[in-house]
Amino acid sequence: MSVELVDYDEAVSRFDPVIGIEVHVELGTRTKMFDAAPQTFGAEPNTAVTPVSLGLPGALPVVNGTAVEYAIRIGLALNCRIAETCRFARKNYFYPDVPKNFQTSQYDEPIAFDGWIDVELEDGTVFRVDIERAHMEEDAGKNTHVGGSTGRIQGADHSLVDYNRAGIPLVEIVTRPITGAGERAPEVARAYVQTLRDIFRALEVSEARMERGNVRADVNVSLRPTPESPLGTRTETKNVNSFRSVERAVRYEIGRQAAVLDEGRAVTQETRHWHEDTGITTAGRIKSDAEDYRYFPEPDLVPVAPSREWVEAIRAALPELPAERRRRLQGEWGYSDPEMRDVINAGAVELIESTVAAGSSPAAARKWWMGELARTAKTQDVELAELAITPVQIGQLQQLVDAGRINDKLARQVLEGVLAGEGDPEQVVVARGLEVVSDDGPLLEAIDAALAAQPDIAEKIRSGNLGPVGAIIGSVMKATRGQADAGRVRELVLERVQG
Amino acid sequence: MTDLTRLSAADLAGRLTAGEVSSVEATRAHLDRMAAVEPAVHAYLHVAADEALATAADVDRRRAAGDELHSLAGVPIAVKDVVVTRGLPTTAGSKILEGWVPPYDATLVERIKAAGLPILGKTNMDEFAMGSSTEHSAYGDTHNPWDLDRIPGGSGGGSAAAVAAYEAPLAIGTDTGGSIRQPAAVTGTVGVKPTYGSVSRYGLIAMASSLDQAGPVTRTVLDAALLHELIGGHDPRDSTSIPEPLPGLVAAARQGAAGDLTGLRVGVITELQGEGYQPGVLARFHESLELLRSAGAEIVEVSCPHFEFALGAYYLIMPSEASSNLAKFDGMRFGLRVEPSEGPVTAERVMAATRGAGFGDEVKRRVILGTYALSAGYYDAYYGSAQKVRTLIQRDFADAFAAADVLVSPTTPTTAFKLGEKLDDPLAMYLNDVATIPANLAGIPGLSLPSGLSDDGLPAGFQVLAPAKADDRLYRVGAALEALLEKSWGGPLLTQAPDLEVGK
Repeated sequence: MSVELVDYDEAVSRFDPVIGIEVHVELGTRTKMFDAAPQTFGAEPNTAVTPVSLGLPGALPVVNGTAVEYAIRIGLALNCRIAETCRFARKNYFYPDVPKNFQTSQYDEPIAFDGWIDVELEDGTVFRVDIERAHMEEDAGKNTHVGGSTGRIQGADHSLVDYNRAGIPLVEIVTRPITGAGERAPEVARAYVQTLRDIFRALEVSEARMERGNVRADVNVSLRPTPESPLGTRTETKNVNSFRSVERAVRYEIGRQAAVLDEGRAVTQETRHWHEDTGITTAGRIKSDAEDYRYFPEPDLVPVAPSREWVEAIRAALPELPAERRRRLQGEWGYSDPEMRDVINAGAVELIESTVAAGSSPAAARKWWMGELARTAKTQDVELAELAITPVQIGQLQQLVDAGRINDKLARQVLEGVLAGEGDPEQVVVARGLEVVSDDGPLLEAIDAALAAQPDIAEKIRSGNLGPVGAIIGSVMKATRGQADAGRVRELVLERVQG
Repeated sequence: MTDLTRLSAADLAGRLTAGEVSSVEATRAHLDRMAAVEPAVHAYLHVAADEALATAADVDRRRAAGDELHSLAGVPIAVKDVVVTRGLPTTAGSKILEGWVPPYDATLVERIKAAGLPILGKTNMDEFAMGSSTEHSAYGDTHNPWDLDRIPGGSGGGSAAAVAAYEAPLAIGTDTGGSIRQPAAVTGTVGVKPTYGSVSRYGLIAMASSLDQAGPVTRTVLDAALLHELIGGHDPRDSTSIPEPLPGLVAAARQGAAGDLTGLRVGVITELQGEGYQPGVLARFHESLELLRSAGAEIVEVSCPHFEFALGAYYLIMPSEASSNLAKFDGMRFGLRVEPSEGPVTAERVMAATRGAGFGDEVKRRVILGTYALSAGYYDAYYGSAQKVRTLIQRDFADAFAAADVLVSPTTPTTAFKLGEKLDDPLAMYLNDVATIPANLAGIPGLSLPSGLSDDGLPAGFQVLAPAKADDRLYRVGAALEALLEKSWGGPLLTQAPDLEVGK
């Protein structure tokens, strides 16, 4: 079914988009949320399970204390209040990937609530997102539908269930409705998810790898005629699992809903599926009042009551968060705001930090990563971090330059060699024979040869016309394959003809 | 030669320790007894003869080698089929689990195995412990050894009947609203529902998580204390398990048996007597009170005004939790799997067909009740109100325990009724548990012991209740009353039960 979309600029000129984002993050604890089964990515199906994570009759859950600590870390990093006591609840629904046919989650008593986080857009604009709550829950297993053409359940012959993921601890972070973003709503959505991902990594609560599904986002979008109007009917697009897709999905829904409203129809309150390949959403379940999870407090667990002392100890031990770290590094490095923003947008903060630690000046590190290497990455169509060169190697390279052993031109050749897998900069210099020639002997030989080959130029220089010196230097550089120090060559030429 | 099946567990344990009998002999004696009376009683769903004899032989070997053994090592035991046992079929009395063999042991089973008690088998019960007569078992009725036409109580009718019929000296029961105490009362045996959290629930197939509690089913109070100490105590796999150690239960039972209750205040609960109670049951109850008074106890009257709402609250909380706990029985991972007879075979339709075919009527009734009570828009009126009643009942108990050290009542309003008599009248069936349910709602411990025979010649039960974590009081008072009663009867009440092997 093809859908007519309203042009994005037109849509946001006539409607005010409101978004809301639910982010699930898998916590990197050693064991699952409620049992001792190990967390292992990529293990044989149904091997990382116990009677508890399989939901066998008689099995009982026990709360993973580390998961609670991680949830509190997240709550504190998002400026939330931490509950003095909170309970788990059962969310009852029948589905084969939910072993007990209920998910143990938190309902009306989340561990963290009433927070906010500032997100920075690419142009440096800071946008505050209010956090309604962050609560703990367990992941479901994974269904694989076999026999259909698309891997979807429709047309499948049978389905397989892997419970290795069932019971992995999750924290779900729910925003309040994000208003006031206007035409920048898709950007805000993306920046918000990216900010959270960076925070999860800094807190060391998750590897937060989007491609593994460690972080998953559900994006809610609604439109209203003006910022003063009541909220419109929203759709929830589930499992949008890359930053780019978050932005695209919001953008798509704005265009689609605008078209629906323009036709005088009402937006249907429903969940929608995101299609990464085509960049569109399609209708899923209709959300109605009939959907009743029959929540009630989980009677197999006692309330979680983190003491204030514990919460304060966790707060005191929180690592530096990405935003403050960036501010600190910018100060240390002396970058201008636009320079720092470029570095952040290029994903080069960590690379430059490591390069500086390896002995490079901040300016040189930025020059390499944002210059030559950025161009190479673009040519190869990869991320900077994926290039076949390490920050340590860049540091070594710059140290060779600083020591005068190679010049900028030679350095680029060394870089090329490292990228080609020829070893560390030092090895490339030796193997390719790229060191600057600092011994005057070979230079004088080359100068004499150049003067002899161009007697008219030699004569002009001798008569005091220094204009053509460059031609002699050029010949010498050519003869020494660029390994000569041009300044020294100039000095020697003048000595030779005038001395 | 002594009939080993007639001994109490404590006496049998003594003879085993003294080397007078072997565990293999004791185990075989019980297996022989089962072979003789099971056709009439049907207390067991599964008999584990080979495994039990192997455990017995191992205990005998270790004893001969001089190993230090648990005091109950070698004493056989029966386990209610709602408790999972590695390698032994576990059905909870339901067709939906027919043939399921658990891959793990309940914590209490681990403790039984570690102590070297041979497990004779798994006992019959109402399906998922839902019932008061064991008639809701998917595998046939269990018969009361006092009168085979009568119910043995429920849900743990199998464990109580097995102990009453000398098919085991010890058994494990579970009690959500009276499933240990009511069968004990109607079979002339002893049953204890420990304080909630006293015995680990890990490995109990849950009916209502906030009410379920496993406990001992025995013929003497001392035996119950011995078994309670074996299976009780903290378990990190059950979040609701009490971290503190158990009070001294065996010591309390031994102290009580000496018969001195001077200074003890016994509170008689006004609301749990009178209308609806069989005259013979009340007569035995009052005789027992007189005996307690003669032992030095002070008898006081206490009122628990909110008990009248207990049954109603229970029948909202229990089905609500059960509806969720039983959701996992869906044919997807274990147990019965039924495909729809026509139409597409989708997961949802397989779940529906499996549950339709696998659950009995009483289970369906409670799942539907609970699903309704938890539904959006009804939650506050039903589940929410029931939880408020629960708080009021806890306060009633708190007030009553300020005036008395233990509370007492008849365990059940009547003696055992006839099989089939109340099967079509759920409300009449539910009323059986009116005196036992408040303890579950409050999480406090309760004990039932026989108080004598009612006018119909059937056993009546006497219930003792104590504050949470004061289970030792049950054993002290229970053992004292037991000693006084047996003195008046000239021996244990069960010796008056008919001989089931008359035809032999």
